Amino acid sequence: MYARITARALARAVPSKAVKATPALTTSAKAFSTSMLSMNTAPKKDRVKVNFPGALDSHFSQVLEIREKMEPIDTFRVMDTDGKLLDSSLEPDVTEDFAVKIYKDMLTLNAMDLILYEAQRQGRISFYMTNAGEEAYIGSAAALDPEDEIFGQYREAGTLLYRGFTLDQFMNQCYSNELDLGKGRQMPVHFGSKALHFQTISSPLATQLPQAAGAAYAIKRSGRKNCVMCYFGEGAASEGDFHAALNIASTTSAPVIFFCRNNGFAISTPANEQYKGDGIASRGVGYGMHTIRVDGNDVWAVYKATQEARKIAVELNRPVLIEAMTYRVGHHSTSDDSSAYRSKKEVEDWKRNDNPIVRMRKWLENKGWWDEAKETSHKSQQRTAVLKSFAAAEKRKKPAVSEMFNDVYDKLTPNLIEQKRELEELIKKYPEHYDTSNYAKEK
Amino acid sequence: MSNILKKAAVVSIPTVRQALLRSNPLLANALLAKRSYNSKNGVEMTVREALNSALEEEMRADDKVYLMGEEVGLYNGAYKVSKGLLDKFGPSRVIDTPITESGFTGLAVGSAFAGLKPVCEFMTWNFAMQAIDQIVNSAAKTHYMSGGNVNCPITFRGPNGAAAGVGAQHSQCFAAWYGSVPGLKVVSPWNSEDAKGLLKAAIRDPNPVVVLENELMYGVSFPMSEAALSNDFVIEIGKAKVEREGTDITIVSHSRAVGFAMAAAELLEKEGVAKVEVINLRSIRPLDIDTIIKSVKKTNRLITVEGGWPQHGVGSEICAQIMESEAFDYLDAPVVRVTGADVPTPYAQNLETLAFPDTEVIARVIKRTLAKKIGA
Ligand SMILES: Cc1ncc(C[n+]2csc(CCOP(=O)(O)OP(=O)(O)O)c2C)c(N)n1
Ligand SMILES: [Mg+2]
Repeated sequence: MYARITARALARAVPSKAVKATPALTTSAKAFSTSMLSMNTAPKKDRVKVNFPGALDSHFSQVLEIREKMEPIDTFRVMDTDGKLLDSSLEPDVTEDFAVKIYKDMLTLNAMDLILYEAQRQGRISFYMTNAGEEAYIGSAAALDPEDEIFGQYREAGTLLYRGFTLDQFMNQCYSNELDLGKGRQMPVHFGSKALHFQTISSPLATQLPQAAGAAYAIKRSGRKNCVMCYFGEGAASEGDFHAALNIASTTSAPVIFFCRNNGFAISTPANEQYKGDGIASRGVGYGMHTIRVDGNDVWAVYKATQEARKIAVELNRPVLIEAMTYRVGHHSTSDDSSAYRSKKEVEDWKRNDNPIVRMRKWLENKGWWDEAKETSHKSQQRTAVLKSFAAAEKRKKPAVSEMFNDVYDKLTPNLIEQKRELEELIKKYPEHYDTSNYAKEK
Repeated sequence: MSNILKKAAVVSIPTVRQALLRSNPLLANALLAKRSYNSKNGVEMTVREALNSALEEEMRADDKVYLMGEEVGLYNGAYKVSKGLLDKFGPSRVIDTPITESGFTGLAVGSAFAGLKPVCEFMTWNFAMQAIDQIVNSAAKTHYMSGGNVNCPITFRGPNGAAAGVGAQHSQCFAAWYGSVPGLKVVSPWNSEDAKGLLKAAIRDPNPVVVLENELMYGVSFPMSEAALSNDFVIEIGKAKVEREGTDITIVSHSRAVGFAMAAAELLEKEGVAKVEVINLRSIRPLDIDTIIKSVKKTNRLITVEGGWPQHGVGSEICAQIMESEAFDYLDAPVVRVTGADVPTPYAQNLETLAFPDTEVIARVIKRTLAKKIGA
């Protein structure tokens, strides 16, 4: 307790200019016992470095240091909440087509979410999770190479959309129909696409993080100039797997970007109960990893941060942690009603005051690349496209009955072959009890 | 879609089930209606309420008891089992945790070593796999490894087994996993009395106890006897219950499948086919093999029914123990295991339904077993 109070008081006492001018001194100047100030004014070069194998950069000190905090990590931002560029040197170096594609994908994601959320409410699909409020993460997908491997948590459909996963493909998965790449074996939003280098979503939280390090290790061995992008929530970062992943990625120099969507909630648990300390980003530094915190509602900040992270991953073979600060505007999933734990007003305020789609739109309008007419026509076209895909997916047949036996192993085992044969006989023998008209034919 | 999954589900049944039973919706409806178990004037409670009252009573009785898990407090639990407990006991006894199963399970185990009596809730047992080392290697073994010096009075609980439409990673039974571990006790309640009595016994037990609840049973109501409503009601861990007496064949089951076994027994009795004895295991470990042996000596036939997979399952263990006991000489037909299908649980609702035992398949297996005679 004593140490904490002193620490806060001291932190306040340090003039902010001095902190900026001598970043190397920042943390020591903020360290914690009263007698330390004078001590730490002595330059480190006059002090003796330790030679313990476990912490090679430390110096001996006669002051007992009890540290609670480091300097909080700043949040990188390119534009303000009105889409105005904050610093001309940060002007994104992008073409109109590129910028407009990102924006259109944000709109499409939003439109798709609306329809599928509604579809679940009407009982037409079993489950859904929306991306509302977090659409700017599409900026991270835009900074990747199409062959960088993506591991997602579940709220990153926009990255797949950016890579060219079609509306039909999304709808087919949510409807578990014959064209679902996952053959109807998973809940909605558990997308996957080998062609688009997007690993299939897995339900148990955080298991994708150490796996991402493994995929990065494989890429490094292959010599490919690619990296792995691994998305996860700030809630999932409490799992042991998160810590294991950062340490193993760091020690194996794996070319992986860990991208935390810090949206303030894990179901009903607010971030301030999920962890103490300076967000998720501060942990990256602890694992000896390049770390960036970024305004997750600012497409261009997310884009730029990911570009830089990718360079570090691919050129230096080093892992990077990005923490994107955002707000989950929708409910956790269709099984949740967030009004039980946060006010509607809070949500409305976020939608109104810091909306990633609005920010991007205003930026585009400032550039003269977008206007009301384009917005209206795009939105109506897109709604039609979404509805058309939706209707088509709903009508499609279910996967072939024979699919039930496939993929438990690479090949059908003798007992599965036997069961499959018996089923075929039964279907033939009792057509009145085995109506297969809603199922696709075996390929 | 297909009944073939039932083939996988019924081990050692040579042919797949007939389409006959499937095509009798009336029968299915009659069985469903039975599910609310209306008693005339008695008190009814859902399994969820029974678990909630067990928690509340034990927390009132002993302030060392506390509840911890994801969303258990403010949100009243992902399945509302802990409803109202935060208001009643405050945040020092009802603790919302970060999403860190290994963290809060480890914390619970450590606090039990230090004298508290934690009830550690897993949002579902699927997520306990993040923390299984704490359960299997620490909670279960520390009393032994410390020469009996360190106790671990802890209750691990949460929904187990297949739920509905949530895919393979969320739908599996862990009874066989935990049931194999020396040092753990494992209970698997079926109805509201089981739920209340077993959870209370688990909390009071000085050993680590795994309580395998079932999400699909949370909302089902059952009558509660006068005794079961009392604060002192506990069910002895390690004792099975003969839910229904019979003379012709014994069905041993646990959790939700007990209900299907009961319905099948009723059906066959009505049809005049057989008097079926149904044993509700209640405990997976210790396993009350004596009750099963006694029953088999009377009925000479045995079927096990469970929602878990066939290989190394609870039914397999019962078969083995019966083989090794004097009951073997009393068997008039081979023991049959009716289990979940030997596949990752299908997501599709129709396939999922077919992948687990239900009343019809149990009734059919009973008939088949009755028709068998060893040596014949
Ligand atoms: C191991 C494990 N524990 C618990 C859950 C249940 N669960 C699913 S999503 C979720 C919240 C995750 O929150 P966060 O990581 O912040 O992601 P967000 O939903 O905010 O995008 C929880 C607790 C799970 N799927 N896996
Ligand atoms: Mg979150």
